[in-house]
Amino acid sequence: MAAAPAAAPAVDRTVLRVDGLSVGTRHTGLLHDVSFQICRGERVGLIGESGSGKSLTALAVMGLLPEGLAATGDVRLSARTPATRNLLDLPERDLARLRGDGLSMVFQEPMTALNPTMRVGDQVAEVMLIHRTQPSRGAVRRRVVELLEQVDLPDPAHLARSYPHELSGGQRQRVVLAIALANDPALLICDEPTTALDVTVQATVLDLVVRGVEERDAAMLFITHDLGVVATVCERVLVMYGGRIVEAGPVQDVFGDPRHRYTQGLVAASDLTGAEGRRERAALPTIPGSVPPAGRFPDGCVFRTRCTHADEVCRTQPPWVPRGEHPAGETAYGHACVHPAGGYGDE
Amino acid sequence: MSETPSVELRNVTRDFRRRRTSLTSPAPVVRAVDDVSLTVARGERIGIVGESGSGKSTLLRLICGLDRPTSGEVYVEGRPVHDQPPWRLGWLRATLQLVFQDPMSSLDPRMRVRDIVAEPLVAQGRRSGNRERVVELLERVGLSAEAADRYPHQFSGGQRQRISVARALAPDPDILVADEPVSALDVSVRAQVLNLIDEVVEGFDLTLVFVSHDLSVVRHVCDRVAVMRRGQLVEVAPTEQLFAAPEHPYTRSLLAAVPDLQQALAGRTAEDLAAGVARRER
Repeated sequence: MAAAPAAAPAVDRTVLRVDGLSVGTRHTGLLHDVSFQICRGERVGLIGESGSGKSLTALAVMGLLPEGLAATGDVRLSARTPATRNLLDLPERDLARLRGDGLSMVFQEPMTALNPTMRVGDQVAEVMLIHRTQPSRGAVRRRVVELLEQVDLPDPAHLARSYPHELSGGQRQRVVLAIALANDPALLICDEPTTALDVTVQATVLDLVVRGVEERDAAMLFITHDLGVVATVCERVLVMYGGRIVEAGPVQDVFGDPRHRYTQGLVAASDLTGAEGRRERAALPTIPGSVPPAGRFPDGCVFRTRCTHADEVCRTQPPWVPRGEHPAGETAYGHACVHPAGGYGDE
Repeated sequence: MSETPSVELRNVTRDFRRRRTSLTSPAPVVRAVDDVSLTVARGERIGIVGESGSGKSTLLRLICGLDRPTSGEVYVEGRPVHDQPPWRLGWLRATLQLVFQDPMSSLDPRMRVRDIVAEPLVAQGRRSGNRERVVELLERVGLSAEAADRYPHQFSGGQRQRISVARALAPDPDILVADEPVSALDVSVRAQVLNLIDEVVEGFDLTLVFVSHDLSVVRHVCDRVAVMRRGQLVEVAPTEQLFAAPEHPYTRSLLAAVPDLQQALAGRTAEDLAAGVARRER
């Protein structure tokens, strides 16, 4: 679980290093100066409401930004090879070699991620054949069954011959996970992988994701809007709003004792139990207003139009305040808020 | 109970025929709702919880008169719904109103909010005074009067769900049926919409039937929860009791599977979640 990060590693265990990543169209900025690192074996959550830029961050790292969006900054991945090149400058051909090999992704909707006209076994095999990670076709076939077994699918040899529509939502997502893990990636990005699933199915899929990543000692970036899921799966979390990381740190600290007013609001709004359930008839805590459309976020602090603590000072971009030492650097533990919450019995 | 219950289901069963798989054998039958009996008292807030495929949406359609049961009886406000043709159910549309899951697909993108909210009134044959009523309703759900002239796409998900609630309140119903009203929303907005539903149910003295796959959402809004699985009601209990001491193993596994923030912070891992489900599923 959220074990304390290992003492200063002798070798550089950083898998992904994102530095000053900005994404935007020609007129509108969508991501601003996003910086973070993920080390080997580390599970990092990225949370925020829809429209806050979570998925865009993942797509920028994968080099899958839709046309018309340009990324600037520095994204380095040390997978098979050390991180010498900026992913944002790589030509598509080199990126394609990376995707599905050193770097892979699980998407939200397993029905659209899978090819409906191909047997699922062939789809798992495809990723190994393309990257030539197995010595022979026979080895690939054996590995497919093994992978499907690893994600707890019943009768994998038989199931490999079925088509996606014959499987349930949970089974499909397991297949997608098997594909993502087939080449033992150094970094796995999960974009809301369990949002479309039932809670009991979600529980088993989350368990498989964590096990798969742990077995490979891979790094994981887990995107979701469900705080409970992040707290269950990740040890560290990045909170995003308006295309900026507004708070980051170990899950325990960020959710247990949030500093940024946005995180505080999210944590409060996630708690539906209240003190004594509904008997109280007390209204649930909420964050006033809603996420503005892209490009309409205020300058200065992005959250200030919805924040009850905002004042004149918030009109200027608040500086990043480190909250403590963290092996993954200064951006891994801190917040960007001039009127931070918590710590001193403050409400 | 001397008073007529708002909704009463008596041994309701709904079968669906699947496509035939062979020429010689009859088509296989799926029993979506299996002998369900449930009584919802006036002013009660009941939650119907189940996973996908549990039959909760079919049950909802039966209550709303959008589908007819294969056998069994459905009564709303003491009047039969199960054996009536749609043209005899006009009264039901005035008594019982719906809020759907996806506010984008349940609001006509080509209609102004004014017309969307007034539509149930027009359908009831009410022509005059609608303008004032719409403004009153919009203000009741926390939107400004100017919202009336705009189109659904100009609103955020939470605001659209407010429009849906305003439309549902328009004919002054006695029963509000909400089908996963917050499942498509973000956490912060989810709380806003739940508060709104809470408020209108209280303010208009409504009976609430709230369908959700998420137990934690139901917990805040409902007095009583019915858990459905494979077409059957496996447990019906007052909310507090269901959460404190769930009786049916399926209810326990549902509760165990929810990734709760506080429990996770206390050290519950994904493995524990999955183990809870697996153990109780047997």
